[in-house]
Amino acid sequence: MPISLSLPRLDMLRLSVSKFAVRMMLRIACLGFLLITVGLIRTPTVSAQDACIDCHRALREERLNRPAFKIKNDYHLARGLGCHSCHGGDQTAFDNQVRAHSAAKGFLGKPKRHAIPESCGKCHSDPSYMRTFNPSIRTDQVKEYYTSVHGKRLREGDQKVAVCTSCHDVHAIRAVKDQMAWTYPTNVAETCGGCHGSAEYMKPYKIPTNQLDKYRQSVHYEMLTRRADLASPTCSSCHGNHGATPPGVDAVANVCSHCHVATAELFAKSPHKSAFEDLGMPGCVTCHSNHDITQPSDAMLSGGEDAPCATCHEPDSPPLKKAGELRSMIEGLAGRIDQATAVLTRAEHAGMEIGIPKFELLAAKESLIKARAAAHALDIEQIKTATDSGLGVAQKSLESGQGLLAEVQFRRKGLAASMLIIIAVLVGLFLKIREVDRRGRA
Amino acid sequence: MAVVRIAAWLEERIDLWPLRHFIGKKVIPVHRHTIWYYFGGMTLFLFGIQVATGILLTLYYRPSGEEAYESVQFIMTDVQFGWLVRSIHSWSANLMVLMMMIHMFSVYLTQAYRKPRELTWVTGMLLFGIVLFFGFSGYLLPWNVLSYFATKVGTEIAGQFPLVGHMLMRLLRGGDEVTGATVSRFYGIHIAILPALMTAILSLHLFLVQKQGMSVPPAIERAQRGQSMKTMPFVPNFLLRDLFGWFVTLGILAALAALLPWELGQKADPFAPAPAGIRPEWYFVFMFQSLKYIPAKIGPFDGEVLGILGYSLGGLFLLLVPFLDKKSTMGEPNPVFRWIGIALIAYIVIFTALGYVAPVGK
Repeated sequence: MPISLSLPRLDMLRLSVSKFAVRMMLRIACLGFLLITVGLIRTPTVSAQDACIDCHRALREERLNRPAFKIKNDYHLARGLGCHSCHGGDQTAFDNQVRAHSAAKGFLGKPKRHAIPESCGKCHSDPSYMRTFNPSIRTDQVKEYYTSVHGKRLREGDQKVAVCTSCHDVHAIRAVKDQMAWTYPTNVAETCGGCHGSAEYMKPYKIPTNQLDKYRQSVHYEMLTRRADLASPTCSSCHGNHGATPPGVDAVANVCSHCHVATAELFAKSPHKSAFEDLGMPGCVTCHSNHDITQPSDAMLSGGEDAPCATCHEPDSPPLKKAGELRSMIEGLAGRIDQATAVLTRAEHAGMEIGIPKFELLAAKESLIKARAAAHALDIEQIKTATDSGLGVAQKSLESGQGLLAEVQFRRKGLAASMLIIIAVLVGLFLKIREVDRRGRA
Repeated sequence: MAVVRIAAWLEERIDLWPLRHFIGKKVIPVHRHTIWYYFGGMTLFLFGIQVATGILLTLYYRPSGEEAYESVQFIMTDVQFGWLVRSIHSWSANLMVLMMMIHMFSVYLTQAYRKPRELTWVTGMLLFGIVLFFGFSGYLLPWNVLSYFATKVGTEIAGQFPLVGHMLMRLLRGGDEVTGATVSRFYGIHIAILPALMTAILSLHLFLVQKQGMSVPPAIERAQRGQSMKTMPFVPNFLLRDLFGWFVTLGILAALAALLPWELGQKADPFAPAPAGIRPEWYFVFMFQSLKYIPAKIGPFDGEVLGILGYSLGGLFLLLVPFLDKKSTMGEPNPVFRWIGIALIAYIVIFTALGYVAPVGK
């Protein structure tokens, strides 16, 4: 049925349409206004709260404006401790430099380098104050610092040595657990290397500057940076952090044994222990070096020129022969494990289920670890027990792997035989189909 | 001679004439689309293999979180030809889904669902759903890392379903998490509930196929109007061809099982992080991949929920297609439905491929 509209009705329709349009426009305008308002109501920013930051950001000189920009990532600022906490002054004196920098308000300016530990210590050495932020935080860092080489030299007037800000950054101090912090485990070596890796900077101290390069070649560095094992040692793990100092000859074994407990116990039983002490040689470092500790290999137990044994023992001497004997036992087990692993891997690639022999092989690998560790005690019987047990397990895994490879061949032969039967049936079916088709046509 | 004697013995007791008469008269139309008739039989053959190998596997399989992985490991390593039975079961399951998809889309594109075969189509679609659920439930049973996480993700997706999602997820998992209870539950579904449903619906499907005979595509019917359709007897001509195809499939299965045995992987560890690039079985990948591309929020709605609703509607559309495609009832071509089918195939192929080649993060 056609719809006809009379003139008044049409006018009413027009009116309602225009009313609708006006209402919609009003709504859109309101929404826009709301959005603009929301945009304008910003969260109070740091600069709006702190006159120091507000003013210093506007300064042209980079030396003066940089701290105001850097501080946005600072751990302290996030907890309400702004510039005035270290530098004094009045952080509420907006656009009033005289009041902001007023001595009456305790303005200190830039602290002198030698005063930095004490400046940080004002809070960090106060247990009552620090407890308000973290009840378990330590407060002895400054005290410990003055026992370090850095701290001692600072007291002697050396202005080049590391102070708190050298390692923790200045104005952008982050918590140690923050991955961006200079003191985060993976960044510590670079932080220390900033000074200790610079030949120019370290020239007056006459100490080596290749520690960082050496450390980068070490197994510890690899574990820490490439395998993300944060328990792996970095500079501070052996030298300490606030009390940083080189470990003495006597202390080296204690430092290493902090992690390598079982190995250290075995070494303590070895004849090397007393011999090294008599000769004034450091325990672990004599054979494994210090900063560039690489993955130990069985080849270390040999009389070769590069082998550590040869540095003390004469070629063909009984101790070197004993080392060779240990090496052949350990290498025998390692070789059998490699052989079993290779055979099992081949079987796995051929689609065989190797879960059980692979699991069993773990026991052989454990024996190998025990045998290698026992080399530190130079106890042939202990090593032989471990290698014999490992060899038995590895041999069993090897035989399992060989059995699986034989099974692969059996399966392939079985497949070939099945295929022959299937093809024969297919040929028979094909001939039968042709025959019934021909009969049907006839 | 023995066969003749047995037949005579049976004939004396049961009147086999109607059956012999039916078989003797059954013919298959011969035209350029006859090839598609073989895929239904191929799916049935693979289902038979699934039943046989599945029964053998139940002799050793133990459905619990503590023993499932170890029992499959035992089947693969210690049971005589256990590896062969399990590998054939796994490969055959995948081939069965593939054959079923080909069968379904060939029926769709040749409009074989049209009157009077609506019920055959509906039962076929129900069978397709059951087979997918067979695949989903069976995938968890070895209780390895991949199957654990695929089931976790799969049941999570089911949990997104509006209103009944959470209940459905708990019902499937047998609790809030995928645990040993889920294995027991999936096993029960896999070897009892689904086979019972499958047997009932498959019987009806096969009865309808036999009762109504093979459908001839409308285009062929129109071209042949007034002429008699070329046919071939079902027995022995078509059956021999069917057998030929089945033996080829058997050869392929044997080769796959011997050269690429279905791997077992690592035992499931609910506390371990999900391995990178986790994805479900290939026939669910297109849905899984699509859900990745759907934004988290579409307007006020949750993207994933909308995606799942979309799939449900898609499934409903396929189920009801004989009743929606009115033109096919009259034997007329319907390009809209044909293009929908082609688009659906293209979508499944493209998104499945993307699931394997697109970067993991996407």
